[in-house]
Amino acid sequence: MIGLQHYLVVSAILFVLGVLGIFINRKNIIVILMSIELILLAVNINLVAFSAFLGDLVGQIFSMFVLTVAAGEAAIGLAILVIYFRSRGTIAVDDVNRMKG
Amino acid sequence: MDTASLLMTAPELILTGAGLILMLIAAYAGDGSARLVSVLAVAALAVAGVSLTGIAGHGGDAFDGLYVADAFATFGKVLIYVSAAVAIIIAPRFFAAGRAIRAEYPVLILFATVGMGLMVSARDMLTVYIGLELNSLAAYVLASFMRQDSRSAEAGLKYFVLGALASGILLYGMSLLYGFTGSTSFAGIATAMGDGLSKGELFGLVFVLTGLAFKISAVPFHMWTPDVYEGAPTPVTAFFASAPKVAAMGVTVRIAMEAMGSALHSWQQIVIFVALASIIFGAVAAIGQTNIKRLLAYSSINNVGFALIGLAAGTAEGVASVMSYLAIYVVMTIGSFLCVLQMRDVNGQPVEEIASLSGLSQSRKGLAAAMAIFMFSLAGIPPLMGFWAKFLVFDAAVAAGLTGLAAFGIAASVIGAFYYLKIIKTMYFDAPADAYAPAGSRIESALIAVCAVIIVIGYLLNPLLDTASAAAAAALQ
Repeated sequence: MIGLQHYLVVSAILFVLGVLGIFINRKNIIVILMSIELILLAVNINLVAFSAFLGDLVGQIFSMFVLTVAAGEAAIGLAILVIYFRSRGTIAVDDVNRMKG
Repeated sequence: MDTASLLMTAPELILTGAGLILMLIAAYAGDGSARLVSVLAVAALAVAGVSLTGIAGHGGDAFDGLYVADAFATFGKVLIYVSAAVAIIIAPRFFAAGRAIRAEYPVLILFATVGMGLMVSARDMLTVYIGLELNSLAAYVLASFMRQDSRSAEAGLKYFVLGALASGILLYGMSLLYGFTGSTSFAGIATAMGDGLSKGELFGLVFVLTGLAFKISAVPFHMWTPDVYEGAPTPVTAFFASAPKVAAMGVTVRIAMEAMGSALHSWQQIVIFVALASIIFGAVAAIGQTNIKRLLAYSSINNVGFALIGLAAGTAEGVASVMSYLAIYVVMTIGSFLCVLQMRDVNGQPVEEIASLSGLSQSRKGLAAAMAIFMFSLAGIPPLMGFWAKFLVFDAAVAAGLTGLAAFGIAASVIGAFYYLKIIKTMYFDAPADAYAPAGSRIESALIAVCAVIIVIGYLLNPLLDTASAAAAAALQ
């Protein structure tokens, strides 16, 4: 029987993978965008699992909002990535270093 | 539909409507309409501000407790609208140095302002999230507004990645709080936390505070701040340093006091640590900076630490001191950035090196005097208003029994004074560097003068500030 804690564990694993993806990743900014989506999906699993467990609809409505905002966020992230690539010609994480200190 | 609720959200409705209409004007008329759009955007902010005097300023809960119109929200919104209006007014001249301002700049500021208004008015995690994202999504675009400039693009990219991570962490905390308290409303969370803090609730609390610490750029989640402040266009940096700080501090205070008020002892130690770390790191890391915008970024980290001391007190007096601190901080920081905007070489190109300020007292007496006032005030030297702001938070901390914290804060503010005074020394005692271009803009000079006067004779406004901040603190349940 799959219970609430299974969902929470999966969600926690996805969340940690997403955070690690942002910090350990040294190659590509697209991977960071994917990691951000992973974090938001982990949150959605949490919200929907709690919503079903509590018998309360608010969590599912919340997850709808999160999905919508995540779409907008991804669009803006890719747009910024495009103008960054235009001016620098690279999207390697190690090259994001014009400013330091 | 619930008419009273709609009336209470009037400022947001006005700004959203104005933003949408202005966006259409900007889309059809092109960049030539930038001036018209800017004027109308400032007018919309003024109308929204006026609407706060009605039911939108003190109406209470709206939309079944998703949104609240109270004195706390009104206090925050006035500061936010003023900062947003200044950010729009000072932009055209800055962008004129390179490529003319594009008409979507005021529109983006308006949308960010709607989001910030929602943040300070939120009484439900869902509203907090929507407001925060509306503000952040507009802010990411604003940071990378100078598309041809690689520093601006990099600032936007860094802001986006770390801002999105912060939103993710905040959301994860919200989902845990929802699951373990069974509610997303502040009142529901407060009720559930009233009977002791479960492990799940504690995790949710920590994640939510972490996400918010990112947004107010408190140490140890400050790393994006200097890069974003340096890379973003200066009017945008002035905006970032003022309005979103107020909104994020407002939402932090409201969540801490209203939703987690009963868990005071759990979040108090976190806030104390974050406050001290911000004060010390903000002061120490600023010493070696050569870029004025980076220095002001560390200064804002430092200031957030002081404001958090008021929150750590966890009393109504503490909340009032945080609101007063934010009001005074906004005036000081806008004034400083207005002075930074004046730093242009003879060709009109912006200069950001602190070394270029040397000997300013001989070439531009008024500008040097104004900059000196803002730096003295940020350092907290009496009789300027910056001292009063610090006094209020330390007073609240001592009244709440946090004498050690207050003593440590006072000692650390001395470190901060070092780099503020270094700027004054550069301006007044160093050999003159190449002179800047003449002031040129009456509006900017007038704004600098207004900020400087407020900082110098602000004591006359103290009764007003005390009443307003006390009312704001009393509004929190």
